[in-house]
Order: sequence, then C-alpha cells, then structure tokens
Amino acid sequence: MSEAPKDLKYTKSHEWVRQEADGSVTIGITDHAQELLGDLVFVEAPEAGASVEAGSACATVESVKAASDVYAPLSGEVTEANEELADSPEKVNESPFDEGWLFKMKPSDASQLDALMDADAYAAHVEAES
Amino acid sequence: MSLKKTPLHAAHQRAGAKLVDFAGWEMPLHYGSQMEEHKMVRAGAGMFDVSHMQVVDIHGPQAQAFLRYLLANDVAKLKTEGRALYSCMLNEAGGVIDDLIIYWTGGDSYRAVVNAATAEGDIAHMQQVAKDFEVNVEPRPEFALIAIQGPQAVQKTLPLLPEDLRKADDLKPFSAVWNDFWFVARTGYTGEDGFEVMLPAEQADGFWEQLKDAGVNPIGLGARDTLRLEAGMNLYGTDMDDRTNPLTANLGWTIALKDAERDFIGRKAIEQWKAEGVPERMVGLVLEGRGVLRGGTRIETPAGDGVVTSGSFSPSLGVSVAFARIPAAVDAEELQADIRGRMLPVRVVKPVFVRNGEPQIELNR
Repeated sequence: MSEAPKDLKYTKSHEWVRQEADGSVTIGITDHAQELLGDLVFVEAPEAGASVEAGSACATVESVKAASDVYAPLSGEVTEANEELADSPEKVNESPFDEGWLFKMKPSDASQLDALMDADAYAAHVEAES
Repeated sequence: MSLKKTPLHAAHQRAGAKLVDFAGWEMPLHYGSQMEEHKMVRAGAGMFDVSHMQVVDIHGPQAQAFLRYLLANDVAKLKTEGRALYSCMLNEAGGVIDDLIIYWTGGDSYRAVVNAATAEGDIAHMQQVAKDFEVNVEPRPEFALIAIQGPQAVQKTLPLLPEDLRKADDLKPFSAVWNDFWFVARTGYTGEDGFEVMLPAEQADGFWEQLKDAGVNPIGLGARDTLRLEAGMNLYGTDMDDRTNPLTANLGWTIALKDAERDFIGRKAIEQWKAEGVPERMVGLVLEGRGVLRGGTRIETPAGDGVVTSGSFSPSLGVSVAFARIPAAVDAEELQADIRGRMLPVRVVKPVFVRNGEPQIELNR
C-alpha cells in the first residue's frame, strides 16, 4: 500500500497539496501516482508567473511507460517550479511528497482547498479505483 | 478467464513483482524499477522468465523439406548441429504469422521457439502445413524458459548448469547444447551476451534462486522491451503482424530468396513486392529534445506521414529512441515527430541503438 501523509490534501487525479505557513501551497503527485507511472524521465512544470485554473492540465510527468498530465488542484498563480527535477526526475519516484514536489502557487481562492480530499478519503478513492 | 501462470510465478511473487496480463499470462512487468533493471542487464547480469514462449519440436524424415517450405529463412543454411537461425513464418499474402528461432538438433530433428501471443495459431498452422509432409509437429509445454543476459551472464550461469552442459562456455552466438532434460542456447533479446535455458518446469524455481544467489537480478517485461528496442530487435504484434510486408519492417535480411528452386509460403508475394518496389521502410529515430516517442506517434516527412511502431525512453542513452515506418522515398536526415501536439525534430538513424553495452549512434549533446 502506498503512503499518503495525513497533513496533505488530495485530488481524485492523484495530486497532493500542502498548505504552507505563508498562505502559498506546494503541489506534487502522490506515491500511488508515481508507482503507477513507473520511472519518471521528464517533468515539465509550469513557469513562475503562470496563472492556472483549478482542474486544468498545467504540468506533464513522463515515465518510461507513459506521459501523464498533472492538473492544478486550485486556481491561482504559480510562484516557483522545482528546477531540480529537470536533471533528476527520479526524485518524484524516490520522494514524491518531499524532494519530488512539482511547483508552488498562490491560490486565488483559499476556500477551494476545503473541496479537496483528506488522506483517509484519498486512500478510499485509491482503493476504489484499483 | 484466469491468467496462465509459468513455473516461476511463485518466484515472482516472492520477489515483489508487479504482475500484469501479457498475452493471457500473468507475467512480471518489473520488480521495483524498470530503469534499474534495464541498467543491470547492460552492466552485469539479469534473468527473464520467458516460459510463456512455446517450444515446438519438429521431427521426421521430411522435417527439413517441411521447414524449407514453412519458413521464409532457409534451414538448409544450418550446417552444424545445434546451430540456429531467426526466421519469419509468412502467410500466402506475405504477412508475418510469427517470428521465431529454429535450431537444428541433429538428423531429422529441429526445435522452434515461438511467441506466446501467437503460439496457438502458430502450432495449428504448422500442423496444417505438416499434413503434406512426413513430419511431426510436437509442442513441448513442459519446459520452463529462462533467459540470462548481460556481460556477466555467461560466467555467472556456467557453474550452475548441469556438468555435461558447461561446454556452453564455448558456444558461438546462435548455437545450443543440450542433454536429455536441459537445452542451453547462446541467444537472447537484449543485445548482450548470454544464454536462453530450457529446463524441466519443476527445476525452474530452484535454478532461478541459484542464479539470484549468484548475483543475477530478476528483470521484468518492461526492461525486456526497452532492451530489445535499444538492440534493434523487432517485437511481434508491435513492429509487424500478419498484415505487414516484412520488407517494410526491416526483415528483408531474414528472407532467403537465393535458392530459386525453393518454394516457401509467401514467396510469390515477397517477389512481387520486390519487383514493384516497397512503399515504406523502417528506420531508427532519435529524439534529443524533451519528449518520448511512443508506438503510434505520427512522423511528418516531406513524402507524407510515417508512424512509430516501437518507441521509448532509452535508459542507456538518456534520450528517446524508436523504430518508425516511413515512406520509402524519404531520404531526409531530420523529420518531425508529433509529440502530444508539439512538433519536435527527430534524427533518422540505423535502427540499432545499443549493442554489448556500447552506444551505436552519436548523440549531439
């Protein structure tokens, strides 16, 4: 069974969201998602300054097996992308919730966070999908 | 319908394999990381359970005449006992029913190894054609098949073979030795040195564990696919099937037309294609930008569209490589690949990317 930390929020499309103290959020893909994809070879994260809509494809993760879109869990402005991933995409496999984060953003409507799943609901969602 | 299991199924489960349906068999896709497994084979030694492939023995006074009619390559080229050749089995229209390896096991006996997905149809076809010959076509499902591949594969495997088969050390590529129970061939599907071993099913688990203890890593089908792609080897069902003109799939070298007297199934179609000119050809492609060529990727050329038949990220080269079928008239060195709606430049190369651990193409970066 893959890991899903309790302090994060989750989407049905297997992104995770961490609320930071400064009001920004950090976004990545879950352990379950990286496991399904297998070894990542490319990550294309959005650029700082880009504005994204909740539910829209805003990044791509590509593994040996397949390319997959990453959907913005919230609307807002991208503030930073994880540049380490350009040279070391395997960090997403090795450390999906920590070093393998994809990008940070400033949400335009923080209440959108409430609509996301908590760890238990996400675990049930993964269970139901498999 | 429940999936078929090989004699090594329990071993895969013990090793924590991710198991998937492959041609009706429950097979290991990887044991953790496809990329790591790929690199282990290029750098050391890895083993693959290929027991889903089918062994078929052919024997009888007309075995050679039968095979010279059944196969597009010519078994008359096999002059030494134990030698093997790669061949396509064609239909009358010239399409590829399957590709296989055929060994001459001495006298009027031969042994073929055919693909899992096509095995049933292959055997039915062989038995049908055999009706006109004094020959027996006998499937041998009681064997397990293990491929051990990589620069250290031979040295690690030799001490574990039955004593009378350790002469496998001296085997040339595409040759085999055997005893009453085991069959050891210097063949493979990775572009590395190694063996393919047939052994009684009940001994497979023990041999697998001994290999593991000797430092041979279990490798899944995922890495098997990227290894064979890098090595420039076709995959049946992906790079060719029963509607494919083999001359458009880089298989011309396997079709023996030299002996004009020899009739074989599909010969007329092949000769007609040769006379008319083949409309397409298979090339290798390298994508050095950020993206991965995949089966089905559209390739834009000055003479019309081509298509990727097999494509992947190459773990050995760190870029994407592919086989593609493109219009034969194209002689451009650079084409455009439609990667999820973006056109990226790809370079045309010979479709062999890595052999014996060495890159076979130049990279620009």
